[in-house]
Amino acid sequence: MGNIFINVVRRDLLLAFRRRADVLTTLFFFVIVVSLFPLGVGPEMKTLRIIAPGVVWVAALLASMLSLQRLFAADYQDGTLEQMLLAPQPLGLIVLGKIVAHWMVSGLPLALMAPILGLQFDLPPAALGVMFVALLLGTPILSLIGAVGAALTLGLRGGGVLLSLLVLPLYIPALIFGAGAVEAHIAGVSPEGHLSLLAALLIITGLATPWVTALALRIAME
Amino acid sequence: MALNIFKYSSPAAFYPIAGKMIPWFYGMAAILTVIGLYISFFVAPTDATQGESYRIIFIHVPAAWMSMFIYIVMATWAGLGLILNTRLSSMMAQALAPTGAMFTVVALLTGAFWGKPTWGTWWEWDARMTSELILLFLYIGYMSLNAAIDDVRRADKAGAILALVGAVNVPIIYFSVKWWNTLHQGASVSLTRSPSMAKTMLLGMLIMAIAAWMYAIAVSLSRARLLMLEREKSSAWVQAILEQKS
Amino acid sequence: MLEAVHLTCLRGERTLFTDLSFTLSPGELLQVAGANGSGKTSLLRMLCGLSAPFSGEIRWHSARARGEDFHRDLLYIGHHSAVKEELTALENLLIASAFSATKLTPSIAIEALYNIGLGGREHLPTKVLSQGQKRRVGLARLLVSNAPLWILDEPLTALDVGAVELIQSRLAEHVQRRGMIVLTTHQPLQVPGVTPRRIELNT
Repeated sequence: MGNIFINVVRRDLLLAFRRRADVLTTLFFFVIVVSLFPLGVGPEMKTLRIIAPGVVWVAALLASMLSLQRLFAADYQDGTLEQMLLAPQPLGLIVLGKIVAHWMVSGLPLALMAPILGLQFDLPPAALGVMFVALLLGTPILSLIGAVGAALTLGLRGGGVLLSLLVLPLYIPALIFGAGAVEAHIAGVSPEGHLSLLAALLIITGLATPWVTALALRIAME
Repeated sequence: MALNIFKYSSPAAFYPIAGKMIPWFYGMAAILTVIGLYISFFVAPTDATQGESYRIIFIHVPAAWMSMFIYIVMATWAGLGLILNTRLSSMMAQALAPTGAMFTVVALLTGAFWGKPTWGTWWEWDARMTSELILLFLYIGYMSLNAAIDDVRRADKAGAILALVGAVNVPIIYFSVKWWNTLHQGASVSLTRSPSMAKTMLLGMLIMAIAAWMYAIAVSLSRARLLMLEREKSSAWVQAILEQKS
Repeated sequence: MLEAVHLTCLRGERTLFTDLSFTLSPGELLQVAGANGSGKTSLLRMLCGLSAPFSGEIRWHSARARGEDFHRDLLYIGHHSAVKEELTALENLLIASAFSATKLTPSIAIEALYNIGLGGREHLPTKVLSQGQKRRVGLARLLVSNAPLWILDEPLTALDVGAVELIQSRLAEHVQRRGMIVLTTHQPLQVPGVTPRRIELNT
C-alpha cells in the first residue's frame, strides 16, 4: 500500500526534475513579489520590519497558488490521470503522493528561501527561524487545500483565476496563524500558540483533503 | 421547507407547487417587514450612546444572520444533491446562492453605514465584518464555479463539494479571524449590543430576520423554477408549459 | 463475466442510447460500432466506471463494477496514449504497471518494448518519438497485462500495418486464454481465430 505512495512521489519528482524551468519560475515569482513591497511602501526599515511577516506569507500564498495548476493539468491532458482513476490502489493515496511531491518542489523551496528574503526586511535571526518553521508547517497546508481547488477546476477555461478565487479564502486561517507566529515572536511573545494551531490545521487538512480531492477528480473526469 | 420535499422530488411535480407557494411567501415577507420596521423605528427605545443611527442594526443583524443561515442551507441542499443524486436539491442550492450573497453585501454595507457615524471609519477590520467579507468570497466562489462548468451534472457535484468544504471551513475561518483580531487588539466593536439588549430590540431583529427568510424562500423558489425550466427544456412537461404561455 | 444492464446515456440534452444491455463471457470479443458521436467512447468509459450512466448498471462477476477489485481486473486504453513525454518508453511502461495489478521487472518491460517494435528506443524520452511510436509505448501494456477484461478505444489508430497485425494477434491470444475484450475501431478488424460479436449504436 505504501508502495504506490512512494512510486507516485518518485514519479512526480522525476517529472518535475525533467522540467526544471517550471519549478524555478515559482521561486522567482516569490522573490519578485516580496521585493515589490518595499518599492510600493517605501524603504523605511521601521515599516518594513512590521509588514515583513505578512508580506512574505502573502507572497508565499500567491506563489503556491500559481504552481497549483501544474498539479493535475499535465496528467489530465495526456490521459495518465484517467489511468490513475482506474488504478487498483486508493485514489486518495495516489493524490496524497502527488501533493507531497508538489510540496517538495513548490512549497519547501519557499520555506527555505523565505529567511533569506526576511533579511531584506531586517528581521532578526530568531524571527527568521520562526518564519522558516511557520512556512514549513504552512506550505503543505497550502498544497493540500489547493489540491481540492485544482481538482474542482480541472480543465475549465479561466482555470487559474477561478482557482485563486476558490482557494484564497480557504488559505486565510493558515495565513493568520503563520504570519501571526512571526509577529508574535517579534513582539516578544512565544509563537508556540500559533505554531501549534498551524500544526493542528496541517493534520486536519492532511487527513481530509486527499479524499475530498480524489472525489473532486472523479467528478471532474465524468 | 424540507418537509414534503421527497414526495415532490422531481422537478415536474415540484414546479407547480413552488409556483403556488411563492406569493404566500412574498406576502408573509411583506407583512413581517412592515411589522419589523415599525418596531425598529417607533417602538424600540433610543440608544443611550448612539442615538438614532443605531437603528440600522435592525437591517444589519438580520442580514448577517441570513447570510450565514442561507450558506448552511445551501450547503445542505448541495450535499443532499451529491449524496442522493437528486437534481432538485442541487437546483435549490444554486437558487439560494445569489440571495445569500446579496444578504452578505447588505450586511457589509449596513455595517459600513453604521460604522461611519459611530466610530468614524467606513470599515473596521473586526472579527465579524471580516468574516462576513470572507463569506462573500465563498459565495462568489461557489457561483463562479457553477458558472464556469458547462456540464450540468459536473457543476452540481463540484459545486456541492465546494459548498461543503466552505461550510466546514467557516468555523475555522471565523475562529482564526477572531484570534487575529484580538491579538492585534483591533477595535473590538460589538455590533450587537451587549449585555442588556432591550427586549424590543431583539424582537425587532427577530421579526426582520424571519421576514428576510420568507423573502429568501420566495426569491429562491422563483429562481429554482427558472432553473428547472432551463435544465429540462427538452422534456414534455416544460414544452407543455411553454406552449401554454404562448 | 461483464454485464451491462439497461444502460441509458445522456450527453447534454441528447440521448445517446437507451436501454442497452449485453453480457460478455470469458473468451469473447465485443466490437462496439457506430458513427462518430454515437456514444461509443461514452459507453466504454461507462463500462470502466469513469462515468455513471443516467440509468442502468454495470456488473462484473455479478457485483457492481466499481472499486479496487474491479480495477484490478481491468485494463483500459483510451484515446490518449497515457504516456508522459518527459519519461522514456521504459519508464512509462514501468510506471503504468505500478498503477495496475501487473508487476513488471525492467527486463520483462524491455522485452515487451522490443516485441512491439521499439527495440533500441526504450531509453529515449517519448517526446522524440513519432506519433505511431508514442502510441506503441501506450499499447505495450497489452503485451504484459494479465488483467482479464480489456476495454480498448480505437487501439489500432495511428499504427502501421506491422503493428496492427501484432496487436490483433495479441488480442487473439488474450481471447484464447479466456480473457474478455470490448473495443471500438474504425478499421476492419481481423483477429485471427476469433469471431467478434458486434453491437451497433445508432444515433
